[in-house]
Amino acid sequence: MKPSLQVTRIASILLVLCIMVSSLVLRRVDRIRTGATLEEVLYITSPKVLKRLSLGYDGLLADVYWTRAVQYFGNKHYQGAQKYSLLAPLLDIATALDPHLVVAYEFGANFLAPKPPNGAGMPDRAIQLAEFGIRNNPNAWQLDYDLGFIYYMELKDYPKAAAAFAQGSKIPGAHPWLKLLAALMAEHAGDLETARLMWTTTYQTTNDRNVRANAAVHLRALQVDEDVTKLEKLVTQFREKAGHLPASFADLQAAGMIRGTPVDPLGHTYKLMPDGRVEVRVPDDLPFIQEGTPPGYRPPRPKFLPTD
Amino acid sequence: MNARIWHIASNTFREAVRDRVLYNLIGFALLMSGAAILVGQVSIGIERLVVVNLGLTAVSLFGVVIAILVGIGLVSKEIDRRTLYTVLSRPVRRWEFIVGKFFGLAGTLVVNTFFMALGVFASLLYVSHHFQRSDGWLLVALYFIVLQFLIITALALLFSAFSTPVESAVLAFALFVVGSFAEDLRGFAAMAHGATKWLAIGAAYLVPNLSALNVISSVGHEQPVAAQLVIANTAYALLYAGMVLCGAVLIFEHRNLK
Amino acid sequence: MAAIEILGLAKTYKAGFWRSTQKCALKSLHLNVADGEIFGFLGPNGAGKTTTLKLLVGLVFPTGGSARILGRDIDDPWVKAQIGFLPEQPYFYDYLTARELLEYYAELSGVEAKSRSGKVERVLHRVGLGDAGGLQLRKFSKGMLQRVGIAQAILHEPKVLFFDEPMSGLDPLGRREVRDLMEQLKHEGKTVFFSTHILSDAETLCDRVAVIHQGELRGVGAVADLTSSVEGKVEVVWQGNTVPAWIKALDAECHLAGDTVRAVLAEHHQEAVIDGLRRERTKIVSVTPVRTSLEEYYLGKLKPSEAAAGVRS
Repeated sequence: MKPSLQVTRIASILLVLCIMVSSLVLRRVDRIRTGATLEEVLYITSPKVLKRLSLGYDGLLADVYWTRAVQYFGNKHYQGAQKYSLLAPLLDIATALDPHLVVAYEFGANFLAPKPPNGAGMPDRAIQLAEFGIRNNPNAWQLDYDLGFIYYMELKDYPKAAAAFAQGSKIPGAHPWLKLLAALMAEHAGDLETARLMWTTTYQTTNDRNVRANAAVHLRALQVDEDVTKLEKLVTQFREKAGHLPASFADLQAAGMIRGTPVDPLGHTYKLMPDGRVEVRVPDDLPFIQEGTPPGYRPPRPKFLPTD
Repeated sequence: MNARIWHIASNTFREAVRDRVLYNLIGFALLMSGAAILVGQVSIGIERLVVVNLGLTAVSLFGVVIAILVGIGLVSKEIDRRTLYTVLSRPVRRWEFIVGKFFGLAGTLVVNTFFMALGVFASLLYVSHHFQRSDGWLLVALYFIVLQFLIITALALLFSAFSTPVESAVLAFALFVVGSFAEDLRGFAAMAHGATKWLAIGAAYLVPNLSALNVISSVGHEQPVAAQLVIANTAYALLYAGMVLCGAVLIFEHRNLK
Repeated sequence: MAAIEILGLAKTYKAGFWRSTQKCALKSLHLNVADGEIFGFLGPNGAGKTTTLKLLVGLVFPTGGSARILGRDIDDPWVKAQIGFLPEQPYFYDYLTARELLEYYAELSGVEAKSRSGKVERVLHRVGLGDAGGLQLRKFSKGMLQRVGIAQAILHEPKVLFFDEPMSGLDPLGRREVRDLMEQLKHEGKTVFFSTHILSDAETLCDRVAVIHQGELRGVGAVADLTSSVEGKVEVVWQGNTVPAWIKALDAECHLAGDTVRAVLAEHHQEAVIDGLRRERTKIVSVTPVRTSLEEYYLGKLKPSEAAAGVRS
């Protein structure tokens, strides 16, 4: 008596078919369900109760909620949402379960505070979260930095920002620029250079992919703003000297004002418009820019650019 | 062939239904539904919510325990106790045996669910004093719970085909737990890099996605369930159970019954 | 046509944690069982008897060789309908009654619906369980379970029967009944292949026997032929405290205990010894056959030095 070859063959084929088709159906189920899931997730909204229910596996559950927070934000952000009502509770739960989950505080600082659609528009919640983090992680200078960041970026409260940076700079191992940032808050808070320093610090110190990508995008925007302002100034100078607007960047080159054709951070050449303004070639690819957009331009739904 | 499968299924049903363990577990589930009434009274205004949540969760959990315990008994215990030898020495194909066992246990679970559901509806009637239209959605939730049982039963059968009763029970229960977090597993997979990403994605799709079959809290909040979801979930459950059964058939076909 | 033809059937298991070691349960076995005979398969525990039966019945897959039952390869599904199998120490579904169990088996064996209950009743009576049909199997004693086992094996009137230790767990009356049943089956023209390590049963029942040890066939043949080649022994006990020289000369094993002497010697010396002792007016306490001839043959075959693998019958 031997195992039946026919049965083996049929069962194997059916097995593979079922795996494939069930995976496809699963994706369909996911699409139908995306909205529904997370509302159910927060049926138990009290972090304390959840902590007790987790039977000691807080760390794991914290990771689960942290993952959900990231997925939630990413999905909604991609859809250009105006409300991120579940982000704060999700982060609250994750950090209540694991107060040492530093990335969660970072994420909150960068995405809870800003106005929609780039964030949940809840700077006060973000501050609460950061302060909770600082209390539980006194050696994590990143959290003092994040606190200062929120005060600087969203609330424009420079004295409080300075205080936070100063606090953070005292912690051994802190990024050397914290002291510098604290000092800059007094006189140069509104400067582009300060903003650039801030975003660079974030870019260098964070471990979270999304936060880093966001910082990169902002740095690019700052670069564009700086470039466009400088170029437009050069165009004005050229006009004063030559009496007419330059026809192209080649004219500026010939006049020795610039070297080579100016290029934006993405590698596209800037456009010199007939009225002397400088524009970026593909404004959709450069969110957050203040300069260099055509008149009446409305930015599309935001998204992070691929890996930075 | 069909006759044999039917005979195996009905015999399995008969054997399962007479097992005392079954009644103890159903009893517990009914107790939970009753207890839900008490719990609900602690917080006014959400009695209905608590009855639905606690009651349906009890049906779901106890049903899974029954599916696993009785499911394990189907093949694993049969081999251990040699009841299988006298069956397989007859003109019964091995795959007919697996399929028949599956239908027998599925039938048992449907009947169990019916009785446990009666308990939930009775408690609901007690706290609400009348049925609302939105209570109809409970039937959908119960249907999804039955789909979940089909998946778990198939898994219990799969593991019984090659391992001991204890191992099978542990594996089936572990997959139940992981399956309840399957969406999070896919979230982790999306955030992973390199080789681990592909492994995680593979695992996330192979694991049964039970979270999609759990609409208990939506139903508790009287929210409707999309017809599309019902169709998609039905298809998924049948395909997944089918896949697992194919695996069980393959293993069993090649197994030496020492 | 031989009812059972075993053509080099072999089974090796992969054992050990990494499935690296080979464990040979059955070395290439060649054996034929004629139609309508009762064939005894003898051997100690672990010899390979149960493995052979399981191979023939399709529960285990051979790693070599093949077999035919009633002329058809054992892979052929037709064969399954022609055989009945009684496993060792069977155990059945706890919560079914005997009648329900047998009905279930009848269904699976393809017995027609209208004749099912009739056959079930008949077979229950035949194995002596006529009154216990409605009792749940978990209430059955070991002996009753054994009878149910036999019942399910003969229920669908198969032509070839495989019994693994059919007498185990039975009291003397039960064993007698089973022996009678097997004789009846033979009279009905069925072939019975059974394994046992109770030699007395084999001696009375079997037309032919085979001895298997450590997975190898050590000997096969008709009982009469095998026993005629081996002589039995007899034990003579008498009162005294010496062993006469002439008895010692007969190659006897002697033991002295208190005031009795026990001597074990070949059967054909029995008369001579008895006459001799009486002549000396010694009080003979007892004369008892020590071992049956089949037992001698069997034990002889178990010695490794006499291994004879693959002896054809």
